[in-house]
Amino acid sequence: MHDPRISIIEERLRDINKVVVVASGKGGVGKSLIASMLALALSKKGFKTGLFDIDFTSPTTHIVLGVSNLQPKEDKGIIPPEIHGIKYMSLVFYIAEKAAPLRGSDLSNVLIELLAVTRWGKLDFLIIDMPPGISDLLLDVLKYVDEACFLVVTTPSKMAFETVRRLLTLLNDLEANVLGVIENMRIRESSYIEDEVKLLGKRFLGAIHFDEEIEDALGDVNTLLKTKFMKELEEIIEKNQGIFH
Amino acid sequence: MGLNLNFPMHEWALAEAIISAVSKIAEKENLREISEVDLKLGELQQIDVNILKFALSQMKEGKLSNAKFKIKTVKAKFKCRVCNHTWTLRDMKIAEETRELIHFVPEVAHAYARCPKCGSPDFDIIEGRNLWIASVKGVK
Repeated sequence: MHDPRISIIEERLRDINKVVVVASGKGGVGKSLIASMLALALSKKGFKTGLFDIDFTSPTTHIVLGVSNLQPKEDKGIIPPEIHGIKYMSLVFYIAEKAAPLRGSDLSNVLIELLAVTRWGKLDFLIIDMPPGISDLLLDVLKYVDEACFLVVTTPSKMAFETVRRLLTLLNDLEANVLGVIENMRIRESSYIEDEVKLLGKRFLGAIHFDEEIEDALGDVNTLLKTKFMKELEEIIEKNQGIFH
Repeated sequence: MGLNLNFPMHEWALAEAIISAVSKIAEKENLREISEVDLKLGELQQIDVNILKFALSQMKEGKLSNAKFKIKTVKAKFKCRVCNHTWTLRDMKIAEETRELIHFVPEVAHAYARCPKCGSPDFDIIEGRNLWIASVKGVK
């Protein structure tokens, strides 16, 4: 018995220069926002960018980007639609607002199916928005996406970093490529996260302060691009050019 | 129904995956020619067999030039994890529009279907989900 879909995944990702997997392990730290804003920032800089939301049970990147009335096209597979210059793929195209209660093996099957049939074409960056958890989909990304580079997100909270530390340790043990860690929602100046990240031998990419205006800007890309959040993310990209360019 | 070859098809992506997988199997098994490929096609994904066969015939080359593709459809079966009830695709009332969504990603059945007995969305697709290669025959 052989699942033919797995054989074509490498081919589907062949023309993508860099796959950036935005992960945390912990939920609610801003992965989807950072993944979406990173895709917008890279696209704005002229890079061909894709965004793949693999938080299949709770997709939200479409809220950030204001995706509506879009559907993938069929052309010997699935062609992701473009929004704000970003090639975009999410299970939301197939479940709309319904809950999709999926167990682990189902989640793996969805990922394999979409990796096998989505034709991204030539991209400089494919940003993957991960679900929380150190479980099925993380293991599947490690298994099926050979060149995955992990961008790890945490908040300043020790509770969040407790899980992030586990994730970083696992990625380290597996010799995965970790681009570095972004501290999101910083509310007071502290070097706690930076120090902890450095103790683990990983790169601290920078901090993004809690931005009260972001909630009202969701779905409105022009406003999002002018937020303090975006400014600080762009500074992180500039400061770490070797990683994002 | 005749094939509209200009109409874009999901089946082509899967055919491409089959060709790629069989080529890799041939390489691994040191086969110089593939004679027969036995494919099982899960009913749930509702692949159009004629289009899949046509796509395969257009794509096969090299070691696969003379390969025959035998395709057998496997009935979809579901089992509820709550009440253990088992049922088939025929027992489910699924709108045409939803069938199309399931065609692309069979797992989205969990968003649209429920156990016909107890109403739970917590069920397993125990058979007939997607397609797989059951066997590859060839000459060494």
